[in-house]
Amino acid sequence: MENRIEQIEAEALALLSDASDVEQIKSLSVKYLGRKGLVTLFLRNISELPVDERPEAGKQANITKKRLESAFEEAAKRMEADFSDDSDAIDVSLPGRPSPQGSLHPITTITRHICSIFARMGFDIAEGPEVENDYYNFEALNIPKNHPARDMQDTFYVSENIVLRTHTSPIQVHVMEQNAPPIRIVAPGKVYRCDSDLTHTPMFHQVEGLLVDEEVSFGDLKGILESLVHQIFDENIRLRFRPSFFPFTEPSAEVDILCVMCRGKGCKVCSQTGWLEVMGCGMVHPAVFENVGYDTSIFSGFAFGMGVERLAMLKYGINDLRMFFESDLRFLRQF
Amino acid sequence: MKISTNWLNQYVSIDIPVSELADKLTMAGLEVEGVVEKYDYLGSVVVGSILEVKKHPNADYLRLCDVKTGERTISVVCAAPNAQKGMKVPCALPGTILPGGLVIQKNTIRDFQSEGMLCSEAELSLGSDKSGLMVLDSQLIDGTPLNKALNLSDTIMEIGLTPNRPDCLSFIGIAREVATMVNQPLKLPEISLPQASDRIDDLTSVTIRDPDLCPRYAARLITGVTVAPSPFWLQERLLSVDLKPINNIVDITNFVMMEMGQPLHAFDFDHLAGHRIVVRAAAPNEAFTTLDDKERRLTGETLMICDGEKPVAVAGVMGGQNSEIETTTTQVLLESACFNPVSIRKTAKYLGLNTDASHRFERGVDPAGTLTALNRAAQLIVEIAGGCLVGGIIDEHPAPAPVRRIQLSTAATNRRLGTRLDQSEIIRCLESVEFQVTVQDTDALTADVPPFRVDVSRPEDLMEEVARLWGYNNIQTTIPKISPATRPISRSIEIKDKIKDRMAGYGFSETISYSFIAKNACDLLNLPENDERRNLLLVLNPISEDQAVMRTSLIPSLLASMHYNLSRQTRNLKIFELGKIFISKSQDQQPDEIETLAGLWTGVRSDQTWHDKPVPCDFYDVKGVLENLLVSLEITGISFSQMPAPSCHYTKPGHTARILCNGAPAGLIGEISPSVLANFDVKQPAFIFELNVSYLIAHDSAIKMFVPVPRFPSTDRDITLIVDSHIQVGDIIDKTKLLQEGLEEKWIEGINVLDVYTGQPIPSGKKSISFRITYRSFTETLLDQQVNRLHQQLTNRIIEEFNAALPA
Repeated sequence: MENRIEQIEAEALALLSDASDVEQIKSLSVKYLGRKGLVTLFLRNISELPVDERPEAGKQANITKKRLESAFEEAAKRMEADFSDDSDAIDVSLPGRPSPQGSLHPITTITRHICSIFARMGFDIAEGPEVENDYYNFEALNIPKNHPARDMQDTFYVSENIVLRTHTSPIQVHVMEQNAPPIRIVAPGKVYRCDSDLTHTPMFHQVEGLLVDEEVSFGDLKGILESLVHQIFDENIRLRFRPSFFPFTEPSAEVDILCVMCRGKGCKVCSQTGWLEVMGCGMVHPAVFENVGYDTSIFSGFAFGMGVERLAMLKYGINDLRMFFESDLRFLRQF
Repeated sequence: MKISTNWLNQYVSIDIPVSELADKLTMAGLEVEGVVEKYDYLGSVVVGSILEVKKHPNADYLRLCDVKTGERTISVVCAAPNAQKGMKVPCALPGTILPGGLVIQKNTIRDFQSEGMLCSEAELSLGSDKSGLMVLDSQLIDGTPLNKALNLSDTIMEIGLTPNRPDCLSFIGIAREVATMVNQPLKLPEISLPQASDRIDDLTSVTIRDPDLCPRYAARLITGVTVAPSPFWLQERLLSVDLKPINNIVDITNFVMMEMGQPLHAFDFDHLAGHRIVVRAAAPNEAFTTLDDKERRLTGETLMICDGEKPVAVAGVMGGQNSEIETTTTQVLLESACFNPVSIRKTAKYLGLNTDASHRFERGVDPAGTLTALNRAAQLIVEIAGGCLVGGIIDEHPAPAPVRRIQLSTAATNRRLGTRLDQSEIIRCLESVEFQVTVQDTDALTADVPPFRVDVSRPEDLMEEVARLWGYNNIQTTIPKISPATRPISRSIEIKDKIKDRMAGYGFSETISYSFIAKNACDLLNLPENDERRNLLLVLNPISEDQAVMRTSLIPSLLASMHYNLSRQTRNLKIFELGKIFISKSQDQQPDEIETLAGLWTGVRSDQTWHDKPVPCDFYDVKGVLENLLVSLEITGISFSQMPAPSCHYTKPGHTARILCNGAPAGLIGEISPSVLANFDVKQPAFIFELNVSYLIAHDSAIKMFVPVPRFPSTDRDITLIVDSHIQVGDIIDKTKLLQEGLEEKWIEGINVLDVYTGQPIPSGKKSISFRITYRSFTETLLDQQVNRLHQQLTNRIIEEFNAALPA
């Protein structure tokens, strides 16, 4: 007989666990605990049991009754909490309460991207003054006064010997004067040239790089820059190195990349050439090492420089250089 | 530099397409920046027959011509005196752009329609004759485009030469490079001079007073020449590279300069006083009229070519009017010289004259090519202008340049380039561009530099030649061996990055503006005369007056950005810039460069949404941002104090706070004053802040220490005080903390301002402030009585100190 009540309880609990709403729980409650419920009937029929079994069966049945009552009640409560009627439902399609959302300038973003790529290759980040001595901007970089190479950059002068730096290369000299090799730096910053038209602004940004160590080769320079371009754009962007001239490197090269817009087919951005000029680079000229007192018989190195605006324009498809400096919120908020 | 492929073909046979040649030149370091078909503009200029010439009824000097241009006959109004019935002439149809830039259009001239233009040689850049219409061969067929009819075709390459390659500033120089690329021999012009009996030495002399500035001066004399326009072939050559034909003598000097790279000058020998040449420096402030008809003042540094009495040319830059070749000239003294590059550059810069000659001399002219060019020009003059070459040559050459011999190691070359070249490959590269190579041993060689390669002086220069000729793109890409040693990241960069990230997180957009501002920016900010920001660093050669000085404040740029955005319907603006300001010490010194953060907030605190009504932003919005920022930067010792009214220049007095860092001024927060808003043509209130980031970086400790989490509970006590309305809440808080310093129980953990209220029932001139003070001990659980005693003690002192009252 005891088994019988245990069976009833087990069955009730199994049905309860399958119940999916309060109505089902209610009907289960009637089925087992109602006036004609199975547990009720069991209790009512105890008198039909042998006398010696009656007290134990009654005790058991009452325990079951209590357990089921509380099980049904708890289940109903839980069910009501989870599946209360949806009269107080919220409109989840309404916009959320906004958090402040500012933006970083695309020049900042690209500069950081470039620096982080080099940082992972073990380069340090260096900075330098924007108003420079003629010596650091030119002479230490093997560009003597009255040399035609000075025409390569239209310089803003403050006085005869003070200029707005025309490139980030003077940072190379400062770093080498203060540190012994090996040197690995990238140096981002603003630079100034006396030039203003559709494709030139009098201020723009460059990132300079310098590596000095024993046994550094032009092949190594190619490897580092290829890795950079592949990380900024993608691995299918080929590079082309062209002989060029910078007084502070020898050999010197311009770096073209396959046009990222047309992938080399020829388009407006690349003037139908399929190539984009993005960087200047070369092996550090021995005269520069002599100026900072490095032993050219032991050390060699390479340097490179790139225009950040140019890379940002290519990366984001920006077609007007002036937008960088107009502070139009509709532009800035896109980044 | 423009290179005509027709002309170039004279020195090297080119059997590859121009596009391929251009590519090869570019990859050899002679960047071809553009390729154009020289005569494309003649495609819409057609052969026309003049059928009828009538007088223009409304203008004496004009004629009305009916011109047959193939199928059609058009009417053209023409001013040329030689227009005649039956003549074949070039007729430019509408749409043609002539070399001078004139665009031909259908138009009406004095009531009569003109459907094209009949052209002269000069108008079509086919010669120098502008006296009348160009007369074409009568066999030509009407309507044929002129480039086809005259069989004109030439491709012009524009080559962007780097300053180190003056040897390529000539057709032969470029041809030398091309010859190695296409594996063809270089064909130099053959020079043969007529025999002559008289001696130049008897007729003239050259004296060099300053051999440092003029290492070589050679001359020849030709008598009995006839000055006239050059033949067509010569004019065409010059026109193909945009040089203007002048007369046969001058054209020949220009032709030889373009051919060989040696600038030449021709003097009218009869105008040379004493029939001699003296090379000397000018007298200070000496006046001299150059060929371009401008009188110029010279300096004592200017090297002059003089005759027996006076200057006749600015050496290497431009000739003088007093000795120029004229139609009456019969005797020509021809100069071919070498000048000091630095001296020529200084002179050209000083005079503001950049000529083809100075361009070449300042980069370096082949000192061994002086006589070849002189002889070539003399030969052409005799051939073209007639005359008689005087025998002999003057060649003053006081200081011949020694041969440059450079030693080169194969191993060192391969190390620097990352190549594995054999010595033989290196030799092949160098010899292909005329280096004389001698092998020393299996590793070393010596190379004698050809004199025209003025850019080569070190082994590294030879390595570049090898790399260039071997091909940069044939050098294998490798990755450098990098040692793991690194230096710590600069705190300056770390802090600046963090500030930018935080500001973007607070909802501000980063701007970058030019570092230069207008000179009057300080006036627009109402800065007093003695303000440090008036120490402006001037740019000597600014692009415009708006960009004439280096900025001493970021505020003008932010206000300009505000104006820009407001006028484009962006009315709510939260922007910041982190960049340098420049405080000048003197123009001869580098300025103080101070990293500065500035921000501007105007419009609403947050956009209207269904959650919130738009509320205008205010001072406390900006202050909250700065408080958060400074906490995130772990900058300690920051306090804010009311900026005294006399120190508020561009912000409203009473609405401006000074930011102090350990007592030193480090920035400000404030509302822009109405007059400054007006100066920047904006109307709505704007709140700004400025922070001296360089100062924060310099005083940054960068050490972060853990503080133990409290183990005992805290207790709050609220208090409301009624004080005079001028009293600053910050002072009460500071005072309370200060009072605690003198006590044993340092239990105040925080003081929070819960409410500030003025108005009924608070008496006017007073305000009510409610504080919540949080007490906590680190060593015990505080009992109510303990807290009450301390709280009472503190509040009594505060009430006394600030003459405060408790609410009724």
